[in-house]
Amino acid sequence: MAETRTIEMEVLRYHPESDSAPRFQSYQVPFTPDMSVLQGLQYIKDHLDGSLTFRWSCRMAICGSCGHMVNGVPQLSCHTFLRDYFPAKVRVEPLNHFPILRDLAIDQTDFLTKLESIKPYIIPAEDKPVESGEFLQTPAQLDRFYQFSQCINCLLCYAACPQYGLNSDFIGPGAMALLHRYNADSRDGGRAERMPLVNEEEGVWSCTLVGYCSEVCPKGVNPANAVNQNKVNSALDYFFRFLMPKGGTR
Amino acid sequence: MTVRKPYVRPMASWWRRNPFFMRYMLRELTAPFVAIYALILLVGLVSLSQGEAAYNTWLSALTHPASIVLHWLLLVAITYHAITLWQVIPKTMPPVKLAGRALPERAVTVFGCLATLAVSIAAFLLVKLL
Repeated sequence: MAETRTIEMEVLRYHPESDSAPRFQSYQVPFTPDMSVLQGLQYIKDHLDGSLTFRWSCRMAICGSCGHMVNGVPQLSCHTFLRDYFPAKVRVEPLNHFPILRDLAIDQTDFLTKLESIKPYIIPAEDKPVESGEFLQTPAQLDRFYQFSQCINCLLCYAACPQYGLNSDFIGPGAMALLHRYNADSRDGGRAERMPLVNEEEGVWSCTLVGYCSEVCPKGVNPANAVNQNKVNSALDYFFRFLMPKGGTR
Repeated sequence: MTVRKPYVRPMASWWRRNPFFMRYMLRELTAPFVAIYALILLVGLVSLSQGEAAYNTWLSALTHPASIVLHWLLLVAITYHAITLWQVIPKTMPPVKLAGRALPERAVTVFGCLATLAVSIAAFLLVKLL
């Protein structure tokens, strides 16, 4: 039987119908060494305070729903363990830089709009009938985008990006990593359609290379790398426009 | 009934909330020191083009105690800037492969810092020996 200890969990609460601003509320949560911060929140909801609102689904760091600020650091709360904070208290807040809807639930609409705008799907360069077979790709070609395709849209990188917090018009690390994932894919021909988004001030050029997005990513994606590689692509796109009026990115 | 009243938390003093951001702000803050030192060298170059007297005036200005203090300050600031910049440089690079294997970020940082150190020592020796 695993040892049970009690940790103090301080959770940011915000109920729009009664609160004018968020406030912290503390709970004493018994935990075993295998319990994640998410399980701590679930304990609160099941046993201490049923009004606590938070998102979660898979409990195994793949769905990207349970991102929270844990002691000020963007984390998947299913991937973060209470034992690592004990005996100090653990403070759980909604992800930074997003509007808070209720308690720990944030409004992701802005990201979802951006995700849609980057056309996150393969746009084939030319029509290829099914009969002509599959698109072939070498391991080297796969390697060029593979890590960026590991993004689970958990938004930790947005919570880590002060430039996004200061100006939410910035397309942000996650959407740019996914944009790069498709632009760097040898099967894709949609680069010219996506470059206008890259080239904007709110595209790659709002990034000042803080680099924290890549530090917090739970999937080893390197969004800062996607953004900064595309600063080069954007500059080339600008100059190639003079050499090739039809666009140098094709 | 559900009330939607999204709350946006203020960003004031955001950079003091996380040590990572403080290191970033310090990196950005040390950037003007690089520019100041470049200007000092540029003034030296201009004075060289204006003849020996002008160049010697520039050289003697460098030996002023205030200039020595400034140069120590510049050395510290630029060293911090160089190291922290080399830490983020790998994030700006397209993937580099050596013998079929991806070059680790740390290798770029270490190589960059060592190269900066080597060039600095070479420049120092050049001035000392000539």
